[in-house]
Amino acid sequence: MNKSAVLKKMSLVDKLPLYFLRFFIYLILIIFSGIIIFLFYTLFVNASRPHIDISKGFSILPGKFFGRNFMKIITQENLFVLEGIINSLFIGLVSATLTTYFSALTAYAIHLYQFKGRRFIHLAILAVMMIPSQIAGIGLVTILYSIGFVNNYWVIIIPAIASPATFFYMKQYIQSVLPYEIIEAARVDGSSEFRTFNQLVLPIIRPALSVQFIFAFVASWNNLFIPSLIIQDGKKRTLPIIIAQLGVSDPKNFDQGARFMLMFLAIIPTVIIYLIFSKYIIKGTTAGSVKG
Amino acid sequence: MSKKRKKINYNKWGYYFVAPFVLVYVIFSLIPLLSTFYYSFFEYYYAQGGFVQVGPNFIGFGNYVKLFSQGLFMKYLGNTIILWLISFIPQIIISLLMALWFTSFRLKLKGTTFFKTIMYMPNLVMAAAFSMLFVQLFSNTGGLTTLLMDMGIIPETFSFVDKVWPTRFLIAAMNFLMWFGNTTILLMAGIMGIDDTLIESASVDGANSRQTFTKITLPLLKPILLFVLVTSLVGGVQLYDIPYVFTKGTGGPNGSSQTVMMYISGLLRTSKQYDMAGTASVILFLFTTVISIFFFLVMNRDEIDDYKEERRIKKEMKK
Repeated sequence: MNKSAVLKKMSLVDKLPLYFLRFFIYLILIIFSGIIIFLFYTLFVNASRPHIDISKGFSILPGKFFGRNFMKIITQENLFVLEGIINSLFIGLVSATLTTYFSALTAYAIHLYQFKGRRFIHLAILAVMMIPSQIAGIGLVTILYSIGFVNNYWVIIIPAIASPATFFYMKQYIQSVLPYEIIEAARVDGSSEFRTFNQLVLPIIRPALSVQFIFAFVASWNNLFIPSLIIQDGKKRTLPIIIAQLGVSDPKNFDQGARFMLMFLAIIPTVIIYLIFSKYIIKGTTAGSVKG
Repeated sequence: MSKKRKKINYNKWGYYFVAPFVLVYVIFSLIPLLSTFYYSFFEYYYAQGGFVQVGPNFIGFGNYVKLFSQGLFMKYLGNTIILWLISFIPQIIISLLMALWFTSFRLKLKGTTFFKTIMYMPNLVMAAAFSMLFVQLFSNTGGLTTLLMDMGIIPETFSFVDKVWPTRFLIAAMNFLMWFGNTTILLMAGIMGIDDTLIESASVDGANSRQTFTKITLPLLKPILLFVLVTSLVGGVQLYDIPYVFTKGTGGPNGSSQTVMMYISGLLRTSKQYDMAGTASVILFLFTTVISIFFFLVMNRDEIDDYKEERRIKKEMKK
């Protein structure tokens, strides 16, 4: 008697048998994952095949041209791929270090010290978090152009010191893990405030630092818009700029295997980093949005 | 002795520690942003192939009038919004469904970690390279185009890159693939943050899945949906890498996939019209700010009404 009353209220989703629903859902999940796996696998396979084979169509098995395609793209004249990789690595590592260090330092200061203007600075940083960084960057580029200051890495790297989103994450993390007693104990032991931060606080917040370092590095490695406006000199270009410039040129005039190899070199480092740290990266994604 | 030590004022260290962050932000973001606002009221460009500097001369709202009367900006803003919409609408639907499936106790799906890991992956990939991959696959001689033609799925005359909507669709598809995993994970965090007992007691009271979803899950997901919406929109109006590489910098057939950022970058780099580039970015800035605030107000309508009601009652009590 009671059961039939419940049955009447069931919606369409509830009425479908569970195995049918599961089958349907798995099918959708497999299609989406399949598309993504197909894209990355094609990238890998074609990076190892010669030009003629690629233009014939797809292949399931990788070819034997991996090394040759690699040498071809690295030694390609006027493209400076090797320089591009080194430039991207340099900018990425330095910016990521600056971003994580100074965001942590700022978050620590806002958390610990009761100085005048603390609340204002905290609110101001949270408010500017929504300002689109590229739009602010356009102003910077215009200023640099009018004073003729281009082709310099440091105007890309230095702004990384102030990253409101990283600050926000660090602030949340420090709030939840850092006991005040430790800092007091360090003070009693005569440690300077700066030393306390570097030698005591940094190791405690290492998990947060590593996640944000990865995010910052990946963001810098993939960044195209502002660097492409600032850097124009051939040998100083970063990997995304090289890709964009090659992408703009006509594909018919360029070896397909070498093109795939270039994409492979641009994409694979982040994929490897991701597959190793995916657990922490996925956790880090959500931490920034769930405001405490 | 111990009393004396306690009196040491450590708070000055707060200033030293926040100084680098604040200084860098002011110099590299705030001042450039304000100068963009300021110079949008000036005539300032290079003429005759970039050799003759014109301005800066104050012309009031001249740049704004010029930008809108030319019509190009509005066209590109329209393109940008279309590209965002056709990528965001499917994205929010699919992500919401997947988030519900992954968190459902009833379904008990297996291998969710695997699916999540794969689906999040494109988010970390270089957009320019990802777009170049699509060019390789979908150009007129590309691997997938020829494969689909051989299979008879698309006619021999079809082109993904020479027609307006296939180009827009593919750009949106790339954007979708890069972001739906990220959105799924954000929504999952939101759903898992909902108190289980709420849903349990609802089902004890006889609510079905649809009712639990519309009456409990969705309202409680509002903050996170707002977050997803606003960040996606702010990212969406800045869309540059994917359409730039996919259309080879041309903006696609008849400039139908030319975005505002592509337009601004062309003004800065090629034609050196700094005044117009600045004005366009000011409008883009205002546009994102207004929409962020608008969505905030819409999503929190109930809370705002409550607040107004409360104030009205307080006022009447005073009388």
